[in-house]
Amino acid sequence: MSSLLLADAAAAAGEVVKVHWAVQLAYMVAIIMFVMAIKRLSKVRTARGANLIASMAMLLAVVATLANGHLLQLAGARVEHAVVDWHWIVGGLVAGTLVGAIGARLVPMTQMPEMVALLNGSGGAASLLVALAVTFQATSHAAWAGAAPTLATFQAAVDATPTAGHSPIVGATVLLSILIGGITLTGSLIAYGKLSGKLSGNAVVYPGQHAINFLLGALTLGLAGYAVYGELAPGAALGMILGVVALALVLGVLLVIPIGGADMPVVISLLNSYSGVAAAMTGFILENNLLIIAGALVGASGLILTQIMCQAMNRSLASVLLGGFGMTTATGTGGGKDEYKNVKSTTPDELALMCDGVSSVIFVPGYGLAVSQAQHLCRELGEALEAKGATVRYAIHPVAGRMPGHMNVLLAEANVPYEQLVEMEQINSDFKQTDLVIVLGANDVVNPAAIDDPQSPLAGMPILNVHEARNVIVVKRSLSPGYAGVKNPLFELDNCRMLFDDAKGALQTTLQELKAAV
Amino acid sequence: MLFVTLITVFVVAIFLGVELIQKVPPTLHTPLMSGANAISGITILGALTCAYGAGDPQTANVMGALAVTAATINVVGGFMVTGRMLAMFGEKKEAK
Repeated sequence: MSSLLLADAAAAAGEVVKVHWAVQLAYMVAIIMFVMAIKRLSKVRTARGANLIASMAMLLAVVATLANGHLLQLAGARVEHAVVDWHWIVGGLVAGTLVGAIGARLVPMTQMPEMVALLNGSGGAASLLVALAVTFQATSHAAWAGAAPTLATFQAAVDATPTAGHSPIVGATVLLSILIGGITLTGSLIAYGKLSGKLSGNAVVYPGQHAINFLLGALTLGLAGYAVYGELAPGAALGMILGVVALALVLGVLLVIPIGGADMPVVISLLNSYSGVAAAMTGFILENNLLIIAGALVGASGLILTQIMCQAMNRSLASVLLGGFGMTTATGTGGGKDEYKNVKSTTPDELALMCDGVSSVIFVPGYGLAVSQAQHLCRELGEALEAKGATVRYAIHPVAGRMPGHMNVLLAEANVPYEQLVEMEQINSDFKQTDLVIVLGANDVVNPAAIDDPQSPLAGMPILNVHEARNVIVVKRSLSPGYAGVKNPLFELDNCRMLFDDAKGALQTTLQELKAAV
Repeated sequence: MLFVTLITVFVVAIFLGVELIQKVPPTLHTPLMSGANAISGITILGALTCAYGAGDPQTANVMGALAVTAATINVVGGFMVTGRMLAMFGEKKEAK
């Protein structure tokens, strides 16, 4: 007899997963709708419809699941626990809808990365709780025969339960669901804290960190394995499982704290992938293809986005996850090496003057734009330049901001036509012919050291070649280094001028000057 | 269902997902992420199934209800946020 409790979890799960054929069909329709939705998400024109299709698919799946019990009864099946306790379900649905809807309505566009992190966390929590609920159900089934749920009655009840036919693999998926769900939950919360500035965005590193994480991970897996395959009494197994829950929650925290704020796009897409895998694991427990397929789709999407982010930074996923990036270089420097000489600064009125008589302008937005919420002013300046006859475009670096596509969303909010947003590969060869480049709160993604200096931590990272433009204005509050903690030789170039202000202030004054000149 | 069947479905779905998602342009990566995030709230079915098996001790019920709440936040919030973002992408097209 392998772990009795978990074998019984399979029995408990097996009992509730009887699914009516009509519901199965509805699930199939939902699967097709999800696939169609993701396919249509690949074009701006069809993306809105895609979101609608996906939400309809979800609604269909929920309604079908709720109807399942009644359909089974109508079909004459003997359903145990057929009495749906509507209080629990409706209560949960209403509370969740309220919180979700209010949150989604109130969150400002600039805080989208934080929102996605929080939503991700609630998805992880759901997977964790489902697996726990199945575990508790199993325990109670075991106790059903006896009176008081003491260890002895558990033992007796379990011994009396036929466990044949249930594979310990189901037990393993219960624990995987707990493990991944738990890590996703606390990991997302830490990512939220770092993104929102409630926690320091710095990488938290201490000696022996990787060893400690590795040992904890091994301990968690060992405990999980023991709970599944060790021959335990249900009480002990339940204790083990609760131990796994606690360890998974701690692991989620420890795995994300060493990763710095600017690497959060990678973390968020990876956690997104995890939440998909957790959903698929839940699907394995409940033998539900819809959960497995939808979970796999999300898992794949997270993986691909993670990969794209890593490529854009020219770093391996391992180096991002092991964390501490920027710390070593930031502490290792500080000598004369980092001092800037020959830096020319400029003023908003000078910038306004330059705006006359330029024929091509490219904006390079970065995280600084998001922080100072200057996207609307940026669009206004762009329109003013267009009115003067210049072509205006926006160069989007894949890792600008704190989320994949972060800049696109920000500028879309400010009504910048998406045709003007150009990706790095397409726009890089155009900088040579560009009169004016305005860098707004970006640093590492325009650092030419990535190309010139093989010693730089940024070496090999694809950058926007703004240094090739005729004139570059860098709007930045100070000469402080970016996330990578290195000096940016761009600031010393002859064609570059610094405008020391935050993006909002600089753009505001420039716009005023421009209007005054007219 | 045989566990092998479930694994097969899982692996094939991952390949399908990779094929589909590679075609999504970077402009739409944020909506893709929050949309995918909403879809991962599909665990709501698991949550509903657990809450459904009522009559058993309160622990399982409470767990199930909490799971329903968490999953619903994920689903409703996710789709609404994605909708808001995509609406912004759409507006300019009409304005143009």
